[in-house]
Amino acid sequence: MKLLEILRGLWITFRSMFEKPVTFEYPEVKRPVHERFHGRHELKRYENGLEKCIGCSLCAAACPADAIFVEAAENTDQARYSPGERYASTYEINMLRCIFCGYCEDACPTEAIVLEHQYELSFTERRQSIYTKDLLLVPVPAGGEPTPMRVTPGSFERSIPAMKDPE
Amino acid sequence: MDWALLLEWTVKSAAILAGSLVGFMYLTLFERRVLARMQVRIGPNRAGPWGLLQPMADGLKLIFKEEVIPSGADRALFILAPIVTVIPALIILAVIPIGPTIQLFGREIELGLAGDVNVGVLYISAVTSVAIYGITIAGWASNNKYALMGGLRSAAQMISYELALGLSLVGPILMAGSMSVNDIVAGQRQLWYAVVQPIGFAVWVIASLAEVNRAPFDMPEAEQELTAGYHVEYSGMKFALFFMAEYVKMIAVSVIGATLFLGGYWGPFVDRWPLLGPLYLFVKVLGLVFFQLWVRATLPRFRYDRLMAFGWKILLPAALLNVVTTAILVVAIR
Repeated sequence: MKLLEILRGLWITFRSMFEKPVTFEYPEVKRPVHERFHGRHELKRYENGLEKCIGCSLCAAACPADAIFVEAAENTDQARYSPGERYASTYEINMLRCIFCGYCEDACPTEAIVLEHQYELSFTERRQSIYTKDLLLVPVPAGGEPTPMRVTPGSFERSIPAMKDPE
Repeated sequence: MDWALLLEWTVKSAAILAGSLVGFMYLTLFERRVLARMQVRIGPNRAGPWGLLQPMADGLKLIFKEEVIPSGADRALFILAPIVTVIPALIILAVIPIGPTIQLFGREIELGLAGDVNVGVLYISAVTSVAIYGITIAGWASNNKYALMGGLRSAAQMISYELALGLSLVGPILMAGSMSVNDIVAGQRQLWYAVVQPIGFAVWVIASLAEVNRAPFDMPEAEQELTAGYHVEYSGMKFALFFMAEYVKMIAVSVIGATLFLGGYWGPFVDRWPLLGPLYLFVKVLGLVFFQLWVRATLPRFRYDRLMAFGWKILLPAALLNVVTTAILVVAIR
């Protein structure tokens, strides 16, 4: 009989009763996520408050789950949302479809959409699964102005920031 | 019949039943917490302080579940099976004394229902065997191959281990010279039978694990092979009855083990304060129940053929040898 092995096994389980639990009491204790964690999307802004999103719909094209819907509209210098010609007048992400792959982030020419660290995305109704632009857009940074803003004509002609060689 | 006697017996029966049921509820919580700690987790602690309301939440959930009866099932037997399983589990404890006789309201009240029945131990082994019918019927009536396999395995396993279990009970009977559980407890005032009968006690512990279908002998409900075994088609309160039968039997088996081998309610100062008796019994039962959970957390499941081989080739001869040796020694010493 393997009596000694059985006793050793019993001792191991008994000993582990007095170890510190490896689990965490989740709602009270939240563990930090990794830097590259794919959580909920955010639509970023420039430092002056203009939205980075130019409504090009490349994210929607890249999305394998067809979760993103973008509708673009024309910017004017009286009501400017983003640099360049166009901005996203409607930006919706269906979180029921999103698979958090991050292809939208890769496709974005202006780095406007970023998967951030928010992972508590439960909802009680299907309608709530659709995150609209006002939910996704980050707040205006300090020193910036809210959109739409009135700007001097001809100052934001370029929709994509000028590329620089890596230093 | 004397009405006071009737009242006394009613109150005692109700107390034993309520004790079994509350014990069942909190045994589920105790098991989950102990298993969690042994797996270096925390365990259920959300419902109420320290998770103490968790059994209530589980029970409520099961009550509100839909009761499904498969279309191919034998309806009458399907409904009968959980009842046949749970009733023996609830009535085993009738012959166990939980304390000495006390004086209350000018009457001599024996703590326990029928501890002085002269067939006490026989009653225990008879009643525990009846539950096999429930499990086998459940397996057959479900009209499901997994349930049938579970039921058959359970019948084979319980019958094989019943022999060793019954023979391990013969030791205490021979030592005490009586089948009455009261006499067996009284016979252990100096020394526990577990000390005098180490083989008998070991056989009892192993066979009782098999008798209540607990790991490592949980063959009838092997999740990986049979999904849930005999109760795979049961849902709602009917499932809860099977669950209850299993846990009440765990308690009952521990109570019997504590009574026949570990001195029962007997302990220091019970002469002077008789109410210490139930407390001692509770502590001993808790220890045995903890051992069952501990074994479950540690050992993997036996393979079916090994289980049978172990039961017939090792456990049964060991129990027989123990009976023969005990009988010879008892006669020789007397």
